[in-house]
Amino acid sequence: MNIAAWFFYLFSAMMIGAAFMVISARNPVHSVLFLILAFFNAAGLFLLLGAEFLAMILVVVYVGAVAVLFLFVVMMLDVDFTELKQSFLQYLPAGGIIGLVVLIEIAFVVGAWTIGPVTIANVTTPMPPGMTNTMALGRVLYTQYVYLFQAAGLILLTAMIGAIVLTLRHKAGVKRQNVAIQNARTPAEAVEVRKVASRQGI
Amino acid sequence: MTGFAWTGPLPLTLIKSIALLVVLLIFVAYVLYADRKIWAAVQLRRGPNVVGPWGLFQSFADMLKFVFKEPVIPDGANKGVFLLAPFVTGFLALSAWAVIPMSEGWAIADLNVGILYIFAISSLSVYGIIMGGWASNSKYPFLSALRSAAQMISYEVSIGFVIITVLLCAGSLNLGDIVAAQDTRFGLFGWYWLPLFPMFVIFFVSALAETNRPPFDLVEAESELVAGFMVEYSSTPYMLFMLAEYVAIVTMCALTAILFLGGWLPPVPFSPFTEVPGPIWFILKVCLVFFMIAMAKAIVPRYRYDQLMRLGWKVFLPVSLGMVVLVAAVLEYTGWGAGMGH
Repeated sequence: MNIAAWFFYLFSAMMIGAAFMVISARNPVHSVLFLILAFFNAAGLFLLLGAEFLAMILVVVYVGAVAVLFLFVVMMLDVDFTELKQSFLQYLPAGGIIGLVVLIEIAFVVGAWTIGPVTIANVTTPMPPGMTNTMALGRVLYTQYVYLFQAAGLILLTAMIGAIVLTLRHKAGVKRQNVAIQNARTPAEAVEVRKVASRQGI
Repeated sequence: MTGFAWTGPLPLTLIKSIALLVVLLIFVAYVLYADRKIWAAVQLRRGPNVVGPWGLFQSFADMLKFVFKEPVIPDGANKGVFLLAPFVTGFLALSAWAVIPMSEGWAIADLNVGILYIFAISSLSVYGIIMGGWASNSKYPFLSALRSAAQMISYEVSIGFVIITVLLCAGSLNLGDIVAAQDTRFGLFGWYWLPLFPMFVIFFVSALAETNRPPFDLVEAESELVAGFMVEYSSTPYMLFMLAEYVAIVTMCALTAILFLGGWLPPVPFSPFTEVPGPIWFILKVCLVFFMIAMAKAIVPRYRYDQLMRLGWKVFLPVSLGMVVLVAAVLEYTGWGAGMGH
């Protein structure tokens, strides 16, 4: 067995173990930390496949940004563990059905792979020779499918603006700092010099 | 295994890694010493001057002191995560050095996506702080961890855009190729700091924020948060945080040298200068950038938190995004592409 295969089994075993710990850990913060470990091992599997760009993007986006937000939310929330445990049985049927559907789908995918290798050839486009996979991905995303890519970007932008509009509130009575106005102030308008008459005040 | 092959047999890579680690840690010890000396000089103090000649062994004495002290773990702390946090921080800070080329081909791993690797690693360094702050089970570390997470994520965005402009000019994600693309007949004026000067400034300031250096050291802001996420740490775990912080700073200096100051290239591309080996130029450039960072610590007062966020999101983000569009447009219409000024 060569060294790549060893690493494949290492990453896969750690990933499955970490994924199991995500759902079985008692402390939600530990769950998120195990989720991060699972992401890491997925990135390792991408590396073994020669998809180094995807591996790095997985780490930057999921581990570096998405999981930080998860961690943020989980740390700030006051989770009641006993209540969580009680509703476990209540969610079991729905969760079980979803798990079963995913399992069947995976079986279909693996089945298509072994029964008809043509399907794989149709789905995956081989990388042109003499190109790094960053270049190949860039060519597909930004040249071949540039309009669809831009459309997806626009949809995300709309969603982002929508989320900001929905949550932005200007509270009355809270002082806000406007740097431009502060910088535009001159001594003439900011300071007032008065003569105070003795024993009279202003 | 395309694009991610071993750069040599396994034992050789191991020996190279250990050699790099030793050199790096000694370098970091002197960077720490230099930081204190420069800070002292600006304030007309002497700085560390007792241990060894001119205090040269101060950092090592400090290290020994930390190692021999008793590590105190708070009662309410989440022990596993509490002890994991400094190790994660130290591990991540050191692992970035696997891809940094000190001279042509002098990198442990010559990745095609080297710059992305460093970006990924530096975006992970926030975990050490969040984990440490949360596991301490104390309010100041927790506040500090929340602050720093927001700070580091904000400045990563502009660092990302700065890196993209450099990539557009160099046409590669490989750190060695980025340096090679700056090798023009103009020497020091062909490096990217000049054509991309606004991005150089943004990168420098963002690097300060990303490594939690003053004036952006809100993570530790001792006047409001005692010592930030490190309050509950003592002895070796504390030392690991401290070490990781300085390793991360040196990494950022090295990255600045590679992206904007031509890495191992000599500043003047003819004879007496080209004879000097590349690593010496590289180390000199790293020292120069570190000197700037140390001076920023000595001169600039600390930012207020809302000002920091304003600078990141309302100034750096639009400017760097605009520069990406501008640089891409210029490269597209003039056809300069890889290696400007050839």
